[in-house]
Amino acid sequence: MSTIPTIFDTSKPGRLAGGQTPKEGDLTGLPNELLRESKLVLPEVSELQAVRHFTKLSQQNFSIDGNFYPLGSCTMKYNPRGAHRAASQPGFLNRHPLTPAFASQGLLSCFWDLQETLKTVTGMEAVSLVPMAGAQGELAGGLMIRAYHEDCGDFERDEILVPTAAHGTNPATATMCGYKTREIGVAADGDVDIEDLKRMVGPKTAGIMLTNPSTCAVFERRILEIADIVHDAGGLLYYDGANLNAILGKVCPGDMGFDVLHLNLHKTFATPHGGGGPGAGPVAVNSLLQPYLPIPMVGKLDDQYIWLDENYFPLTIGKLAAFMGNAGILIRALAYALMLGREGMVRVAEYATLNANYLAAELSKAGFQLAYPTRRATHEFLITLNREAKDLGVRALDFAKRLLDFDMHAPTTYFPLLVPECFLIEPTETETKAVLDEFVSAMCKIREEAQENADYVKQAPHNQVVRRLDEVRAARELDLSWSGTEG
Amino acid sequence: MSETPQELRYTDTHEWARTEPDGTVCVGISDFAQDALGDVVFIELPETGTEVAAGAEVAVIESVKAASDIYSPVSGEIVRVNDQLTDAPDLVNSEPYEGGWIFVVQPLSDDPNADLLTADQYQEFCETDSNEH
Amino acid sequence: MLQSIGVKNIDELFDEIPGSVPVANFRAIENSLTEMDMVYRLAERAKRDELGSCFLGAGSYDHHIPAAVWDLATRGEFLTAYTPYQAEASQGTLQLLYEFQTMMASLAGLDVANASVYDGGSGLGEAILMAVRSNRSAGNRKIVIGGAVNPFYVKTANTLVVNQGIELVHVPHENGVFDPKQCPIDDPNVVVVQQPNFFGLLENVDAISNWAAERNALLIAVVNPLTLAVLKPPGEWGDSGADICIGDGQPLGVPMASGGPSFGFLCSKMKHVRQMPGRIVGRTVDANGAIGYTLTLQAREQHIRRAKATSNICTNQGLLVTAATIYMSIMGVSGLRNTASRCHENTRYLVAQLEATGRAQRAFHSPYFHECVLRCVGDVGALTKTMITEHGILAGLPLGEFDESLDDCLLLCATERRTHEEIDHFVELFNRTLKEG
Repeated sequence: MSTIPTIFDTSKPGRLAGGQTPKEGDLTGLPNELLRESKLVLPEVSELQAVRHFTKLSQQNFSIDGNFYPLGSCTMKYNPRGAHRAASQPGFLNRHPLTPAFASQGLLSCFWDLQETLKTVTGMEAVSLVPMAGAQGELAGGLMIRAYHEDCGDFERDEILVPTAAHGTNPATATMCGYKTREIGVAADGDVDIEDLKRMVGPKTAGIMLTNPSTCAVFERRILEIADIVHDAGGLLYYDGANLNAILGKVCPGDMGFDVLHLNLHKTFATPHGGGGPGAGPVAVNSLLQPYLPIPMVGKLDDQYIWLDENYFPLTIGKLAAFMGNAGILIRALAYALMLGREGMVRVAEYATLNANYLAAELSKAGFQLAYPTRRATHEFLITLNREAKDLGVRALDFAKRLLDFDMHAPTTYFPLLVPECFLIEPTETETKAVLDEFVSAMCKIREEAQENADYVKQAPHNQVVRRLDEVRAARELDLSWSGTEG
Repeated sequence: MSETPQELRYTDTHEWARTEPDGTVCVGISDFAQDALGDVVFIELPETGTEVAAGAEVAVIESVKAASDIYSPVSGEIVRVNDQLTDAPDLVNSEPYEGGWIFVVQPLSDDPNADLLTADQYQEFCETDSNEH
Repeated sequence: MLQSIGVKNIDELFDEIPGSVPVANFRAIENSLTEMDMVYRLAERAKRDELGSCFLGAGSYDHHIPAAVWDLATRGEFLTAYTPYQAEASQGTLQLLYEFQTMMASLAGLDVANASVYDGGSGLGEAILMAVRSNRSAGNRKIVIGGAVNPFYVKTANTLVVNQGIELVHVPHENGVFDPKQCPIDDPNVVVVQQPNFFGLLENVDAISNWAAERNALLIAVVNPLTLAVLKPPGEWGDSGADICIGDGQPLGVPMASGGPSFGFLCSKMKHVRQMPGRIVGRTVDANGAIGYTLTLQAREQHIRRAKATSNICTNQGLLVTAATIYMSIMGVSGLRNTASRCHENTRYLVAQLEATGRAQRAFHSPYFHECVLRCVGDVGALTKTMITEHGILAGLPLGEFDESLDDCLLLCATERRTHEEIDHFVELFNRTLKEG
């Protein structure tokens, strides 16, 4: 394999995919000064050239279809193709978003069913499916918390608490909601430092954003106590659903004291990640926050499904998308939920947890250091390669890059920041024991290589399309679009 | 081992400050800080004429994997910024105490260095700081 | 596996969950279906929503998509890959994004594009936040929404920016277009204008661009990317060009799919790049000096900058961007240009035929492109309903909901997919329905 020329490099002026070019239309009458004169940098290639180019590009990707992908906090499980097929039917795919509800009863019935399913899954009162990604769900949650306090005439609360180990989206979201972020410490066992929380919480606290299991990959054991502390201070609890896969069917966020949450449907409910998206981040709330949900939602009036807009929800935080959010992803989630059913959903958390605990146990036996050895793994766990870094000079980054040569995607590296040289490993429920064993072997082999020749590991990957990339040059000498044939 | 020139003053947020003969204070980041940050790729410079309080965020320094705020060690007005860094941010790595200076403050106080750390104090601070990580 | 872990059963693995948290009750969820049964159930529902000809646009358009586009985009290597954080294992996605950025920047006539945001509506919100950060020296946070900007986008943007002390100042349209002379403030921080606007009308973008520049305001252009194959790109408006260009990428090979997933694109002048939200791919070299691609300028983003990030956005719409890049490659310069001009010619034909019935006439006189507002003799609400229930045709968008003075108006378009026979048939039904109504 080698790098592939850009599609612009293979382009020839005047070449085209004839079968795809409609007859030119008449533009007379349009003012000349509003027409395009400058050249358009688009490829001029045949259809086969395009097909071959993008096929070759695809072959330079790792993917779940081809590789073990134990990326912590990303839940890279197998996404059944049936769900994709179900969402790709003409009635769904060709539906114009402004088609009135009376002519969209099929789609609306799907949204209704998904709303109901997610209410059960989360143990909450009401659901809005609109947010288009987890981070947008967080934003919706933050805005609802704000709207609630302001409706109560409470304008003093301007702080959101997050654990130091939280996902970056949590503080970034708090800022977008007009809040300040205050970080609470994490105790040595990975749980939130309750004493620190007690010191921070008060009349300025609008709410707290938590993931449970936490980003330290352990279950927050004192969650009910945390909920009481925050509620007693007048704050609300936000559940970041990034790790819902770990508790699906075991316990519900609504029963742990949370007031509002988002789900990452692209994690727990199996939407393929598509090289970075799309996702969907529905929000679920208890009755306190129900009036503020983002619109539209689906309601039922007699036997008709209807859109619930600002006429039904005058206190809504508003729209988050031009239309109904990522409708196609919602259908995929419903299809996945239908196929799992009641019995399947419980298995998700059980098998994900079993796989993670097995992999943690095997890595530990092989001499790798667990970050929280006294704790159960959840659906994921943390190891620290600090010892390898000190003794062998081979860092987590080097292990990650060398794993690629073993045809496995690297786990999440250097997150959370408070654990040095860490790997956050999430095998998911869809992998077999054999694959997990191969991962342990690969880790042991890399450690052996590092003992023999550290430089070899530090220069990895060796068998990929490219070697390590010069990221400093990428950032200093910005080259963000193609500007001409190579000299 | 990183360099910590004796004649400079430091902050616990890793800036250094040098009082110039004309009474202004030149500010940059320490050798220890540039080493921890890695290759600097961009510096967001403040505008001259801005009034700053000691401890206020004045500039942002970016490496590939991190971004850090630069705080003013002293209160006063920004009178000069190092425009060279726009095209050569690597000066912060290669000469943190010379060509890599970031901005100059005209201080309000006569003794702007009073609250800052000495080289020895700063070195001690860095040693404890790095042991914790 | 249990033995290796040292537990007797799976339940033991959950023993850190306090017993005081009740066990989840999933009784309301039905038993599992096979793929066959699941598809059967959802196919029945999809079938119920199938309709015929679409003359409705308003931000989502019924275009032809070459078969190869989605055949390629749904290859498992694109479909089931994660965000390309491990660059060496993601060169396919990264190079594709670099090519996408090139195409979008060229369409917009601007220097740089990001790797996409969620959709056009939220994209406008992100663009406004970006512009305000970039124009920090301005004395206020007032954003002028000039005339007929897509109302769905404006509402969405408002949700996203309202808690940042940003104020949207709506300037009503004057005969359908934006007239800066009607603007109640003279010192806007940012001006937003749409071309063609929500009514399909062409704005005098050169004059608007200069008006904004004279006031040191940044200009955000909201556009339909397909029309840029024919219309002057925002980067060339007036003497200095728009600063930021946003829009929804749906017309570029993405099915309407009820509005999503689609993708928003965001382009800008290079001087604003550090205020851009979302992922950006850069070209660089590897340890051997070979060309390679990587995510760059990541210090702007939430996973590094946290509370000070340019946005909380994390995901992009990778799969849709993949489809759009393949679409633009297959269509090329002439395919895109001809599709845009054919849409315009079809819409002109539709407008002429409808006007010939005597029951409709253009509501505004400025030149339009691709989409048009017609004032009708009769109840447009009843008309669109009858057209769906009796004929399965989407007859356009009644505008009364957005502007009382337009309550007898319809917004219509006819894309390249509409044949003259379809249009003639529609016109006949339109005429008959209004006559009977």
